[in-house]
Amino acid sequence: MVQYVSPALDLSFAALADATRRGVIEQLGRADASISSLAEKFQMTLTGMKKHVSVLEKAGLVTTQKVGRVRTCKLGQAGLKAEAEWIEAHRKLFEARFDALDKVILDMKQEEENGPASD
Amino acid sequence: MDQQVTNHSVAQDATSVERKGDRELVVTRTFNAAPRIVFKAWSDPELFRKWWVPKGASMTLLACDMDVRTGGKYRLQFGAGDQTMEFFGKYLDVVPGERIVWTNDESDEEGAVTTVTFEDQGGKTLLTFHELYPTKEALEEAMTGSAAGLPTQLDQLDELLSGMSA
Repeated sequence: MVQYVSPALDLSFAALADATRRGVIEQLGRADASISSLAEKFQMTLTGMKKHVSVLEKAGLVTTQKVGRVRTCKLGQAGLKAEAEWIEAHRKLFEARFDALDKVILDMKQEEENGPASD
Repeated sequence: MDQQVTNHSVAQDATSVERKGDRELVVTRTFNAAPRIVFKAWSDPELFRKWWVPKGASMTLLACDMDVRTGGKYRLQFGAGDQTMEFFGKYLDVVPGERIVWTNDESDEEGAVTTVTFEDQGGKTLLTFHELYPTKEALEEAMTGSAAGLPTQLDQLDELLSGMSA
């Protein structure tokens, strides 16, 4: 069973708690981009964007590669996977609940159909 | 960035969990009964306690007080080992057969508001469980916080579920 509370998961939630960084993720979901083009798109300084990208990189949400003088960013898989796992854990809990609810509902319906007449 | 996980392999009544935007978590499922019946299973404490805590989970529901009407209150007490946990709040809006809206007041900070709607779909019920958090940080807190309590519970759940499908 996967450990749901891991430092990696904390990092990825913290990284995603910022609107600019979510925007960057969204942007990189469409196409890889250089830090300078991201800075331009989000109207911030190169230094500011470098900081955001660094947070995303530490969380495993983004990977970067320097070719020549340009650092290109692309989507990483680790963080997104952790969030998907958290959602999957939630789905399992609700599914177990709702499977039990299904049985309760089935009993209620049968009781209504076959049960002693109330009047 | 929305993430959605739906289990398509399990029959037709799949449970879908979706994080919507910054502050919302949405769970949906269709039940093969009229909204009137599904609503009753959510609002009658004796029926509610039969399914809210899955059998085999490490937690048990010790007390379940629910006064399901607008302005009414609820209090759920869970036991896990020698620890107990309480969840409580009040019902903001209750329309029998249609919806239940309640607050989650157990934490010191402003809690989420939960809305459950029961939608008639030709004799079946589309149930939507919707949690709206006051801030995006609160949702992220809840995600990591409740995740802390989940592993053991889910271990047992996994066993339970694999036992059921066997």
